[in-house]
Amino acid sequence: MGVKVIIPTPLRQYTGKSDSVLVEGRTVEEVLGNLMSLYGDLRKHLYGQDGRLRSFVNIYRNDEDIRYLEREKTALKETDVVSIVPSIAGGSGTLP
Amino acid sequence: MTATNPNGKDNTAKLSKDEVLRYSRHLIMPEVSMEGQLKLKQAKVLLIGAGGLGSPLGLYLAAAGVGKLGIVDFDVVDFTNLQRQILHSTADVGRPKLDSARDRLSGMNPHIEIVPHETALTSANALDLFRDYDIIADGTDNFPTRYLVNDACVLLGKPNVYGSIFRFEGQASVFATKDGPCYRCLYPEPPPPGLVPSCAEGGVLGILPGLIGVIQATEVVKLILGKGQPLIGRLLLVDALEMKFRELKLRKNPDCPICGKNRTIHALIDYDQFCGIHPEPAPASGYSDWEIEPAELKLKMDRKEDFVLVDVREPHEAEICTIPGARLIPKGQVPERMHELNSADEFVIHCKSGKRSAEIVDFLRKAGFRKVKNLRGGILAWSDQVDSSVPKY
Repeated sequence: MGVKVIIPTPLRQYTGKSDSVLVEGRTVEEVLGNLMSLYGDLRKHLYGQDGRLRSFVNIYRNDEDIRYLEREKTALKETDVVSIVPSIAGGSGTLP
Repeated sequence: MTATNPNGKDNTAKLSKDEVLRYSRHLIMPEVSMEGQLKLKQAKVLLIGAGGLGSPLGLYLAAAGVGKLGIVDFDVVDFTNLQRQILHSTADVGRPKLDSARDRLSGMNPHIEIVPHETALTSANALDLFRDYDIIADGTDNFPTRYLVNDACVLLGKPNVYGSIFRFEGQASVFATKDGPCYRCLYPEPPPPGLVPSCAEGGVLGILPGLIGVIQATEVVKLILGKGQPLIGRLLLVDALEMKFRELKLRKNPDCPICGKNRTIHALIDYDQFCGIHPEPAPASGYSDWEIEPAELKLKMDRKEDFVLVDVREPHEAEICTIPGARLIPKGQVPERMHELNSADEFVIHCKSGKRSAEIVDFLRKAGFRKVKNLRGGILAWSDQVDSSVPKY
């Protein structure tokens, strides 16, 4: 069992294309930590070199932003859903 | 401010007979009625972008009778747009998007005023441009402009109806209302350039901007009518493949630098710099020793010279087209698969347009490869200059 973590499209390439993963943990910190252990490539996309969550990625417990709860210490029940929500802009861009 | 016709009469205070007939399905609905339709007629909405999101926005707001529709876009219609930018048609390829938009929208509804703004939106013009409008609908395709639109809306006190897309996922919300959050409350900082792919790199399901753009148009209409519950303080997340709609709460960040209590931003900034985008150095007039033109590569192949051609694109791109004899090693795999390459050999590296391959050439040179060149312009240039049967994408 575990907490369902919803993986946004831009990050699915690092989770073997899974759009959600069940991860053990009683807090957001534990769940994200275990998620990084499962999928090491995710780390640099979610965390900066200072070890903090990058600010263009928001983490939600159900429909609440963890910044307004207890941040990474936010407690989780098994029925909770953790969403990773990065900023997206679509478009044509100029990158290769 | 209300529009006046040449003899000085205010013509937004009532509907003409033709308009009554046109909007009858709105007029007979209590949620709109004559009062609401007149509000629509008096409304001034600015669309940022006449592309994927701007197309459904423009079409539905014109159909609804929004009296003044401004559109900001400096782009030209391209074949690759037609898979999703439904405002434009095949005959419009090569025309400015604004011309195409103006023709289509005025054809649909000759009673509205369409104001083209053929310019890039910048910190120098955004505030003046936005001042004449009541609501801004953000349909842009890059991060610097999103932050620019947000900041200008907050500074001027105009709602920002936001929509964004990526592949088959979309987001929608309404930012910059007086008591609601702004885009910076949600995302205080942009991702570094190159981290979040654009549609040209990641692709996009053609219908997706349609889905999100119409949600945006709905929110614009609701704000004008003052009816229903707008997406203020709510982020709608759409997954088109699962057809799942989720909603997350958005709060106004009390520490937001532009809309919070102790705001530190009072003017528009340099958004490219904010997003870490540095102006590209001007390309060298000749080409460097580390580049090779498509014609030269063809010569090497015809002479059966001893070298290895490596394609660093993704497998699904190689399914579209290839250069004969190329070995596929996707860019992300090069570091771990470098042992497959002999650093004493000669290599030509290619990708779609020459940028990814240039990075790989740089990477290999730093790793000690001495005979490695980048195919200038990539497979697109190969198609243009050597083999036109190779499809471009």
